[in-house]
Amino acid sequence: MSEVNFASVIETTAAVAKGDVSATEATQQALKKIEQDDAKINAFNTVASDSALAQAAAVDEKIASGQPVGPLAGLPIAVKDVICTEGIETTCSSNILRGWVPPYDATVVEKLKAADAIIVGKTNCDEFAMGSSNESSAFGPVLNPRDLSRVPGGSSGGAAAAVASGMVAASLGTDTGGSVRQPASFCGVVGLKPTYGGVSRYGLIAYASSFDTVGVIGNSVADAALLHDTLAGQDVRDSTSLPGARESVSDAVEASQDLKGLKVGVIKELNGSGLAGFEPEVVDRFRASVDTVVAAGADVEEISIPAIEATLGAYYMLVPSEASSNLARFDGVRYGHRASGGNTAEMMRATRTEGFGAEVQRRIMLGTYALSAGYYDAYYAKASRLRAKLIADFAAIYSEYDVLMCPTSPCVAFELGAKEDPLSMYLVDIATIPANLVGAPAISVPFGTGAADMPVGIQMIGPKFGEGTICRVAKAIEEAKND
Amino acid sequence: MTKPVSEQSEHLPQGWEMVIGLEVHAELATESKMFSPAKNEFGAAPNTNVHPVCLGLPGTLPVVNRKAVEYSIRIGLALGCEIGRCVWSRKNYFYPDMPKDYQISQYDLPLNGEGELELPSGLTIGIERAHMEEDTGKSTHVGESGRIHDAGYSLVDYNRSGVPLIEIVSKPDLRSPAQAKEYVEELRSVLVAVGASDGKMEEGSMRVDANVSVRPLGSDELRTRCEIKNVNSLRSLTRAIEYEAKRHVDLYDAEERPVQETRHWDEEAGRTRPGRSKENAEDYRYFPDPDLVPLEPSAEWIEEIRASLPALPKQRRESLMALGASALSAGVITQRDLDTLALETVELGADAAKVLKHCENNLADEQASQLDAPRFAALVKMESAGELTATQAKTVLAEMLESDKSPADIAAEHGFEAMDTSELEGLVSKVIEESPGEWQRFCEGDASVRGKLQGFFVGQIMKATQGKADGKAINKILAEKASS
Amino acid sequence: MSDNNNSLTTEDVRKVADLAMLNLTDEQVEQYTPQLGSILSLVAEMDSVDIEGYEPTHHPHGLVNVYRDDVIEAADVTESVMASAPDTENNQYKVPPALGEEQ
Repeated sequence: MSEVNFASVIETTAAVAKGDVSATEATQQALKKIEQDDAKINAFNTVASDSALAQAAAVDEKIASGQPVGPLAGLPIAVKDVICTEGIETTCSSNILRGWVPPYDATVVEKLKAADAIIVGKTNCDEFAMGSSNESSAFGPVLNPRDLSRVPGGSSGGAAAAVASGMVAASLGTDTGGSVRQPASFCGVVGLKPTYGGVSRYGLIAYASSFDTVGVIGNSVADAALLHDTLAGQDVRDSTSLPGARESVSDAVEASQDLKGLKVGVIKELNGSGLAGFEPEVVDRFRASVDTVVAAGADVEEISIPAIEATLGAYYMLVPSEASSNLARFDGVRYGHRASGGNTAEMMRATRTEGFGAEVQRRIMLGTYALSAGYYDAYYAKASRLRAKLIADFAAIYSEYDVLMCPTSPCVAFELGAKEDPLSMYLVDIATIPANLVGAPAISVPFGTGAADMPVGIQMIGPKFGEGTICRVAKAIEEAKND
Repeated sequence: MTKPVSEQSEHLPQGWEMVIGLEVHAELATESKMFSPAKNEFGAAPNTNVHPVCLGLPGTLPVVNRKAVEYSIRIGLALGCEIGRCVWSRKNYFYPDMPKDYQISQYDLPLNGEGELELPSGLTIGIERAHMEEDTGKSTHVGESGRIHDAGYSLVDYNRSGVPLIEIVSKPDLRSPAQAKEYVEELRSVLVAVGASDGKMEEGSMRVDANVSVRPLGSDELRTRCEIKNVNSLRSLTRAIEYEAKRHVDLYDAEERPVQETRHWDEEAGRTRPGRSKENAEDYRYFPDPDLVPLEPSAEWIEEIRASLPALPKQRRESLMALGASALSAGVITQRDLDTLALETVELGADAAKVLKHCENNLADEQASQLDAPRFAALVKMESAGELTATQAKTVLAEMLESDKSPADIAAEHGFEAMDTSELEGLVSKVIEESPGEWQRFCEGDASVRGKLQGFFVGQIMKATQGKADGKAINKILAEKASS
Repeated sequence: MSDNNNSLTTEDVRKVADLAMLNLTDEQVEQYTPQLGSILSLVAEMDSVDIEGYEPTHHPHGLVNVYRDDVIEAADVTESVMASAPDTENNQYKVPPALGEEQ
């Protein structure tokens, strides 16, 4: 085996395509690393060795027989356990779905397979993606590879930790309020959340349908761009997926020389001088990142979006409302856990009580309350209108600016158990939530470390289909860090 | 066009009237389901017409069937509804026959807004809305004793889950069970005419719930209503409404009041019973379905659909009435789908009154659809020319349905020929001679005696002519002879 | 329940849990009530923003009119979904007796 950097998607796939290394060897290497390291990190709920090796053998056969292979040929990849994989257990890290094997693949999984990527397993996450620390998983918390006493972030904690620990070069996560970007920030890797509707949700087990996106996690901006390009596109099975041509993000990143002519807005409310709670070290790193963007030629200005102050309130009304309905189907009738009960209703109640963890129960109750008779207008309807206002505000800003910048998270990875109070945990999402409310693409790229020598992530938020632009800025920051 | 008016109910004590509104659910005749590509078909083996989407498997998403929307617009246009932007909403409640534990429906923004339906009797019934939704699966209780309340268990089949439905909600404009029946029949004709549904109540593809209340005659108040479900036929519908209205009057008479609730019709017992309250029935937590986007049917699409609509039952009845048909017979003929035949036949020069009369009285047979206008016209013309009597024409017509022979050939086979008047006069004289007693009484008797004896003479002559004689002509001759 | 935040009562929580088909112990009700109350206090932040003139939005990018053609797609999943069901009989899902009536 020649020198291959298995931490790089681009290098691994190039090596496999050239025949320097076989898909089987690349897969075996990933499986071995998982076996060695995952006992302490707990990033995987399921390791699919058999199907992964079978898939790898099929890719190798393709190469051997001279058939063309896909852009991710031989790449071992991990998939967050809220995304359906035919024949591989899919649990949402919940006891209510433990043991369920979907009879179909999510569209993104079909696309990975069509690109000849190798699915090595399903990654741990907060139960039903509800959380910011991965502590709500029924499979136990994931630990941050940089410091095992700390959380990896959430909800895609396993997906970020699997990449950060070198078990795989890439993983799929999902991002409803920051669940790809925040763990990427906490673990020191790159996380890209696409435009809402830019990547199919078919097969992603819904948490909050009008917020959910399938994002990617990798070690570099270029890797994230390539992974995103593989997944993007309209899907006839997802009514909310967007039509229209879109640029190749990889091409945009590759062609980018500097940031001359780009107008960048720094969000005042989220840069440490607005809303409270941003750690000083995080603010320092963010200012340094802004300097590199200026140095790369961009025109940077501070802008104010006052409505951001109300985003947490709107988010925590709308998302639990959708979740309360989306999670109704877990009732013990058709799949997953079933508790005993004298009649159907008793059985359903017992099943849901036993099957859902505390955080999921809290959010279901919150959403049920927000939608219930007499409260709809004060909660759900008001939050929907605030969302409309925020969308209009962002649209106005994007008529003047190409990209917005702020830290990904107000803090670095905290210690397990540090945020017992649910509200304090929710406040961690303040900088990631706006992009989900307006459906914008956003990326987190690591830029040095803050407190306790833990990584700090810088976030770029773009307009609809602005993945190429945010990746260009992210790449400039990434290159400055490497200097 | 008549708006409903206060009407003393024949089923209720003096001074009371019924107030009835109907909710009709009709399954749309699409190939696949509302949001799922599974087959929309009645009667398949359990859980075979299913797909991950209509089983509500985690991760699946709904996508709107364009044909179902088109059918719903057809219905909306036929009912004169306002058609506009609509939003899909989720109706949340837990029940095992709903795989997602919510039903996708339309709530505050339905596809079809207000409209109306004109009944054959001339009454116009208001339509509140006609919205789209998905059907539920079916659960069957299995118990040892066969009683609903015993232990045992339930089995759930999702073949019906996700079948597209339209729910047509009338205004509380109906005043009697007969009007309710007429409304459902007319609505069914409309659904079938526009090709949107097969309207089969017996297969459950059309289901009716009735909202019933009563009030003092002439009042315009709306009192507490009860929703009656489980009405599986038109006969059940009329019986259930009658029962329920009487129950309300009895309660008011006893100085009690009905409570607003859902009640179930028990066909065997002939009464309604309170339904056991569904889990959380009081709070459905409707909200816009975030998996679906709003529909804004374009004016072009709506006009395209409008242009493709066939003539509606009301228009068809009106064209028959223009030929002189009564509203009632126009209704009968249209229901039999014989209106086009009648119009074409008249167009070919046949006498309209005779054509309509045959259509109403002599063409109840299903094979009537095989009759073609030229042959039908030829028959009616023979009849008008006196070549066939009305009785003979009926006989010939019946045979025309069995074969494609011309009416002239059939008449010849039977020896039906025109009998000239002198020949008939001779026959009448002969019969009179043979029955002098009867003739005398005929000449001298009062109207009733005369009527009876007229029948006797016509019968004798028909016997002698093997039915070839024209009854009217015989009567005329008898009258002439008696007065001479 | 009132518009005054943090005034969520234990009775409210019991009612909501009932709607959501969750059985809570008294201890859980005591625990959830202040937690949910404090989250609801976030709603107060929304009052600082003027949302006059904004209609509730359903899709971040305002997508409308998405249809599929009326075409059957065979899935052939009966066997596999029955195999992963908690209890079945003759290709039907078997559940304890249902109470309540059909829609």
